[in-house]
Amino acid sequence: MTALGKLFRTTTFKLTLVYLTVFALFAAFLLGYFALNTRRLVTEQITDTVDAEITGLSEQYRQGGIRRLVLVIEGRSRRPGSSLYLVTTFQGEALAGNIGSLAPGVLDKPGWTETAYRRQEETEGAEHHALVRVFQLPGGFRLLVGRDLEERERLYHIIVSAGRWSVAIVIVLGLAGGLFVTRRVLRRVDAMTDTSRTIMAGDLSGRLPIAGTGDEIDRLALNLNIMLERIEALMHGLKEVSDNIAHDLKTPLTRLRNRCEQALRGDHNDIEYRAALEQTIEESDRLISTFDALLMIARAESGQARDNMTELDAAELAHSIGELYEPLADEKGIVLAVEAEQPVPLKGNRELISQALANLVDNAIKYSEPAAKPDGAVEEGAAPSDIVIRAESDGSKVLLTVADRGPGIPEADRVRAIERFVRLERSRSLPGSGLGLSLAAAVARLHGGELTLSDNNPGLKSIIALPRDGPLEMRHDSAAHDQPRDQQPSPADGAGQPIVAG
Amino acid sequence: MRLLIVEDDHDAADYLVKALREVGHVADVAHDGEEGLSLGLDGDYDVLIVDRMLPRRDGLSLIGALRAKKIETPVLILSALGQVDDRIKGLRAGGDDYLPKPYSFSELLARVEVLSRRRGGRAEETVYRVADLELDRLSHNVMRGGSEIMLQPREFRLLEYLMKHAGQVVTRTMLLENVWDYHFDPQTNVIDVHISRLRSKIDKGYAQPLLHTVRGAGYMIRDGAR
Repeated sequence: MTALGKLFRTTTFKLTLVYLTVFALFAAFLLGYFALNTRRLVTEQITDTVDAEITGLSEQYRQGGIRRLVLVIEGRSRRPGSSLYLVTTFQGEALAGNIGSLAPGVLDKPGWTETAYRRQEETEGAEHHALVRVFQLPGGFRLLVGRDLEERERLYHIIVSAGRWSVAIVIVLGLAGGLFVTRRVLRRVDAMTDTSRTIMAGDLSGRLPIAGTGDEIDRLALNLNIMLERIEALMHGLKEVSDNIAHDLKTPLTRLRNRCEQALRGDHNDIEYRAALEQTIEESDRLISTFDALLMIARAESGQARDNMTELDAAELAHSIGELYEPLADEKGIVLAVEAEQPVPLKGNRELISQALANLVDNAIKYSEPAAKPDGAVEEGAAPSDIVIRAESDGSKVLLTVADRGPGIPEADRVRAIERFVRLERSRSLPGSGLGLSLAAAVARLHGGELTLSDNNPGLKSIIALPRDGPLEMRHDSAAHDQPRDQQPSPADGAGQPIVAG
Repeated sequence: MRLLIVEDDHDAADYLVKALREVGHVADVAHDGEEGLSLGLDGDYDVLIVDRMLPRRDGLSLIGALRAKKIETPVLILSALGQVDDRIKGLRAGGDDYLPKPYSFSELLARVEVLSRRRGGRAEETVYRVADLELDRLSHNVMRGGSEIMLQPREFRLLEYLMKHAGQVVTRTMLLENVWDYHFDPQTNVIDVHISRLRSKIDKGYAQPLLHTVRGAGYMIRDGAR
């Protein structure tokens, strides 16, 4: 396809052509109408003048006979820019007037005629055109009065040629403008096409160019870029998941296999076989729960769980989770408290938010030391809670906080802690899939919120901040694009860097 | 107990039949949805165990067809689709319980036994009794041997569920689902701690323990003297 051919084939150019045709036709029609009307108006003026003159002249004739008429006509004929006059006898012999020659037969037809003529003083050269009226006077004389049509024709031609020119200019400028606009649009579309080709070829980091004009192409590109970002994040997530599955699922699988092999090797008694089998089942149960957690994260991240969002009370939810874990904390000698007095309305998936909160509380208990610290540090105040679960409203957000007095997570490790499978070194010996924080982060993201880890001085403070009315995209699907994401108020808590995992 | 297993994987079905026979139950097997439907319509089964993804007719449609014909046999759905929304879909389709694969046999057995006794169970009774332990569902009073036991609301519901299924094994997952209404894995065994708290309230100081741990399966309340 040649460059020009491509240009002509674009929608923009075709639209230009359609508009151009419509405009040209419209202009031609308008000017044509104007020209014809002008001509009609001039003709009307001529006939009115001629009629008035004939009335006047026939009055003169009635009062003073042919002699007086001839005198009047000779007088009028000599005035510059005069009308055309001719008075003849019945036989056609001219008595007075300023017409030299006439097209033959004009005088025989009473009424209006358009005819060619020459003035008396002209003998050669082009004939003029005139609109004349022949009037039969009583007594056999004929009176002809007319006006030259040159003026009318000149006006008509001026308008017509102006019309031609303007239509021609409309077409030329329209085509030029159309080509210019088309080329501009085509250039941007070409750029988008090129980018999408590189993206299709596998380079997901490419983004469509934004001209910054905020027009519809920019908006389209902007939205496509957001889509690309999401796809890239998903692809990245997928790659990460497969890498992590390879790493963290294969390790326990290897352990499982080794154990089976070891059981088969050599002679063992029934009790030893039973023990080996029981360990195998335990190991496989752990694998299953890891796998479940992974599936859940994948599902939360792909947004599939959005259909099950209902109105719930975050405070009730916090109390419920607190109540579930309180005996466990108590058994470890840890005080667990729930601070959520007021109902905190929230739209979300009860099961998922509960699980996210449960994971945070589970972690907090896992890493907390009993109140009596080995180094003898004395807590201030009377029996402070080691772990606090808090549910509160913060503007349009709902904050679910789990704060502990454990060792916390060094600031440098906080981003990594949310990533899938990451278990910071010292936690390797504790049970768990290492997916608790990443699951909580995925749940927060599913609801359009985020998980933040910060310092509790000492200890770790995990905050799940969720928009009260559910994810933005679910609230008003169409308007969501017009609202920049960064307009959401950010949590007032400045203690930690918000970590948006992904 | 007579059971029907609708499962297209022959190995899995054979394993289930064998394992159920070992604990004294009889099980028929259907290998696709249509066969399962005709057997389910004819046979008099106590519980149906239905896989979700089946050839010829999927599990949910099979359950729907049975329910449409007013066959109210309890159904336990087995499925590899184990997320919360899958579960909701399964229960809405007419299933009575939902067990994600892979499952442990003890979990399956406990659930099947609970389901089989659902019909004509003790749901309508207002007072549950096990030996000298008494739970009044209306007044929320719990008495043992004539003295009142004070329980937290959640402990009461835990005991209520255990006593409703007295003599049956109740797994940790079943407790989490029915007493707390959570369907996720809480990682640490929080249920055990709740049980030991409850046990200290109802069994401590009495010669006859009622709340038993069933190794590898779960818990059971039963009259040990019987």
